[in-house]
Amino acid sequence: MTALLQVEDLKVAYGKIEAVKGISFSVQSGEVVTLIGTNGAGKTTTLRTLSGLLKPSGGKIFFDGTPLNGVGAHKIVAMGLAHSPEGRRLFPRLTITENLQLGAFLRKDSAGIEQDITMCYELFPILGERRKQAAGTLSGGEQQMLAMGRALMSRPKLLMLDEPSMGLSPIMMQKIMETIRELKSQGTTILLVEQNAQAALSIADHGHVMEVGKVVLSGTGEELLHDESVRKAYLGED
Amino acid sequence: MNDLPQQLANGLLLGALYGLIAIGYTMVYGIVQLINFAHGEIFMIGGFGALTMWLWMPNGTSLLVALPLMILMAVICSVLVGVGAERFAYRPLRGAPRLAPLITAIGLSIALQQAIWAWYPEATKSRPFPEFSGPRLDFGAFTIERGELYLLIAAPVCMIALGFFVSKTRTGRAMQATSQDPDTAKLMGINTDRIIVMAFAIGAAFAAIAAIAHGLRYGEVNFKMGFIAGLKAFTAAVLGGIGNIYGAMIGGVVLGLSEAMATAYIADIPGMEQLGGGAWKDVWAFVLLILVLLLRPQGLLGERVSDRA
Repeated sequence: MTALLQVEDLKVAYGKIEAVKGISFSVQSGEVVTLIGTNGAGKTTTLRTLSGLLKPSGGKIFFDGTPLNGVGAHKIVAMGLAHSPEGRRLFPRLTITENLQLGAFLRKDSAGIEQDITMCYELFPILGERRKQAAGTLSGGEQQMLAMGRALMSRPKLLMLDEPSMGLSPIMMQKIMETIRELKSQGTTILLVEQNAQAALSIADHGHVMEVGKVVLSGTGEELLHDESVRKAYLGED
Repeated sequence: MNDLPQQLANGLLLGALYGLIAIGYTMVYGIVQLINFAHGEIFMIGGFGALTMWLWMPNGTSLLVALPLMILMAVICSVLVGVGAERFAYRPLRGAPRLAPLITAIGLSIALQQAIWAWYPEATKSRPFPEFSGPRLDFGAFTIERGELYLLIAAPVCMIALGFFVSKTRTGRAMQATSQDPDTAKLMGINTDRIIVMAFAIGAAFAAIAAIAHGLRYGEVNFKMGFIAGLKAFTAAVLGGIGNIYGAMIGGVVLGLSEAMATAYIADIPGMEQLGGGAWKDVWAFVLLILVLLLRPQGLLGERVSDRA
């Protein structure tokens, strides 16, 4: 079975500084895969390269069997890869509904779009109540819900979430993680980047630990959760 | 002050002209954070485009009949130059330090002026622009030149069309998204390169339409006309809050009214008798710009001060 996403020896550099130094991993359809690691490990750089915002300096990316090297970001979305970026990055002066509509920018089926917006408001009722409000006025947790909803609006084959729990209260973090679990149970394929390793690994089928641009450890979520070095480095145990 | 209605009418017309040109500064700034200092020349080239079309018309053609074709030609010329500037001068510098495109813009502005001076027939001096002849239109409290009717119709039509386009259409929404966060706009599937080209094209088209109003009002076009008009429109854009299209319209009107009022009434203030008259009008415009930059740098409708550029 070929993977939905196949990354082979991917390298990314900012000028002369190599942020990602040759990583390989894959994501199968229906799976949740997580990249964990500290700040500066290259996780966000990896996602930004997969979605076409950055150009790789080496290696190969295949999505659904098609090479992604050199394809523009706006075309990658059309192929079914959605990216909910670090820090939510909503359009602050547009309303919640307008943000969701932009998530479906490339879709032509207006009836289907309406239906998905309604579904999104069922998933996150608070967004439905505030649909006419500018996105910039929402709380951090609400913004994260909207960012995830917006990414889902393109009906992606693969959803990439970058630090969805960043800066959220423990309750809100739990709510977001529950939502990811729910999406997984509906069969959504997810590539999750998280600093909250405990939460990410307990959801993920597979996980990869990144350190300064390299994958240093890979395994199932369960394996990594019980790995001693992971427990020491990322789960705060000594 | 019994000529107040007349001064208000003068100020509003002048403001509409500034506002139309200011759209080009503000749209481009809103999307790529560049002050396109060649915009005044894009405006000027529209004027020469219109003149060229007029000269191609057989002798005795009425100006009213020729006007639609002159608008078309002006828009084509300005849009070609505006889009060409984006493609060949600014796009290669995207991601470069901000000073680089700014200096390029100034260089392009000089190059375009000199190109018209050197290559357009007899453009080393002002070339006469056709005018609508006949008595001034009488509205009771004030009168306007017949030619101003063009601006009176064109400015609101353009502004309303633009407002509708930006807020109601799919492409307009994409434009707003690109201006608020270009990277994330790409993640939505928006081709931001295309949106940038469109911003330059719309700004250039509005400048071309304004150039005809300028020609009709002053009865001439010349290679330098973009400099002061461009500077005034830039002032209007800053006044209203650069990056905000409604700000550009309002900034234009505020600037036009201020100029008209200052020109007409400053000399009535005791001690300022020497400062009256048209010779001082540019001074008042730029005094206003300095005051805005000091007291409200984000402009009338600006939401916050950008740390960029």
